[in-house]
Amino acid sequence: MTISRRTLVQAAAAAAILPAPAIGQATAPAMRPIPSSGEQTPAIGLGTWITFNVGDDPALRDECADVMGAFFEAGGRMIDSSPMYGSSQPVIGYGLDRLGRPETLFSAEKVWTSSAAEGSAQLERSRSFWGVQRFDLLQVHNLVAWEAHLQTLFEMKAAGQIRYVGITTSEGRRHDLFKEIMGSHPLDFAQLTYNIVDREAEEQLLPLAAERGIAVIVNRPFRQGALTRQLDGKQLPEWAKEIGTATWAQFILKFILSHPAITVAIPATTRVNHVRENVAAAHGAFPDTAMRKQMAAYVRDL
Amino acid sequence: MSEWWTYRPEDFLLFSPRVYWRMFELQNEALWPLHLVTVAAGLAIFILLLRRPSRDGRWIGLLLAALWIFVGWTFLWNRYAAINWAIFYVAPLFAFQAAGLLIAAIMPGGLAFDRRDVVGWTGLLLAAAGLVLYPLFPPLVGRPWTSAEVLGIAPDPTVIVTLGLLLAARGKLLVLLFPIPSLWCLLSGVTLWTLDDRQAWLPLVTVAIVLAALGPRSLISPPAS
Repeated sequence: MTISRRTLVQAAAAAAILPAPAIGQATAPAMRPIPSSGEQTPAIGLGTWITFNVGDDPALRDECADVMGAFFEAGGRMIDSSPMYGSSQPVIGYGLDRLGRPETLFSAEKVWTSSAAEGSAQLERSRSFWGVQRFDLLQVHNLVAWEAHLQTLFEMKAAGQIRYVGITTSEGRRHDLFKEIMGSHPLDFAQLTYNIVDREAEEQLLPLAAERGIAVIVNRPFRQGALTRQLDGKQLPEWAKEIGTATWAQFILKFILSHPAITVAIPATTRVNHVRENVAAAHGAFPDTAMRKQMAAYVRDL
Repeated sequence: MSEWWTYRPEDFLLFSPRVYWRMFELQNEALWPLHLVTVAAGLAIFILLLRRPSRDGRWIGLLLAALWIFVGWTFLWNRYAAINWAIFYVAPLFAFQAAGLLIAAIMPGGLAFDRRDVVGWTGLLLAAAGLVLYPLFPPLVGRPWTSAEVLGIAPDPTVIVTLGLLLAARGKLLVLLFPIPSLWCLLSGVTLWTLDDRQAWLPLVTVAIVLAALGPRSLISPPAS
């Protein structure tokens, strides 16, 4: 099943007229379709870059498990990691064990090695760290050795060992090659950096994703926390209440999720209250085109 | 790596400041009261080099080698590497440095800690600061005492004490013993800088002192007799 760009725009427009629930209210987050399958997925996932790399520290491992627990409790499903993220993978495995292996988990992993031959062994190590039977989504991290790895991933998908295949980039790197691969391979997912300040993806990648029916995962929505730190202490505009935003984090996430080509944003956090706040941003109304312009201008002028 | 020029040091930062400093708290908790032994070893080194600098170079070299092996194994390999995969490649350098110190210590004319010119005294001051002042920094930068970095337990004071002592030394292999500790100071300084930690200047200033002290002439110091 494929979803056209028009359908996505209509879905986003329909979502925009829904009333916004109060923050913290136990309401399921907005669901978005994965174009290649039609499967619905919550619009907020959980990133693990830096935040879950806590090594063997037992107290910090428990904090991460608490964050995962709050994430699942709020209706979240997708957790994204990479072999590049230090100890994040075993920490996710620890959290999943402690939470009794939630069935709603959507596991998103990456292959990250310049050696084509090493790819399969690395994926097996990752699977062992997570303690899952199979990953839902495997992505080629930052296009490292992408030709060989992508072939492996497509073969795994054909053999039923994974459900989806994707590629990733971050902070605007290698967009030309990224676009070329998106246009020439039957990808299910593309992961890229997009937020209210970094909007380069709007020019070509997001329209191409919509046209090709590729789900988009947004990484670094808060610029690794720099954006929210920068906005901290500054006044949210009065009109932000119209879309049910109570914090800058929600303001930024609402902006991201209101783009019709975006499927999931994966903010990372170490705090339970933040993960709840993030998932709450996927509730209720989203800004329309005019308000998106207003939001971007407001942040730019601060 | 493609488009390498677009990367900044913080792009390679894999962990948060909180996780970084918690490592030292856990290391201290796990090894206490071994700190008393390693600091005693540091004090013993100073007593040896002030009383019989020419004759006891062997023992000083052996003590330093033991501290490098211990820190490389307990901290870098078993703790730091868990949050920073690059440390898997750095930890063996601590073993190489220990081997170098060991060889220099036992070979005739390998190491004598009897250099007492400006460079030598600067080195002794640096080593004393690494031993005594380094562990006192946590409250000055708003961290708990439990995260103190101590000679023989944490890498930075171990490396800084070693560099200071090497500046106060002469010997055939001396020139080979500076690169690894200097590179560590650079790595540690850049790491702390990307963590936005005020303590970053300590290892970076140490490298600057070593480079300034090791002018072309001072490198060609005569071998120990």
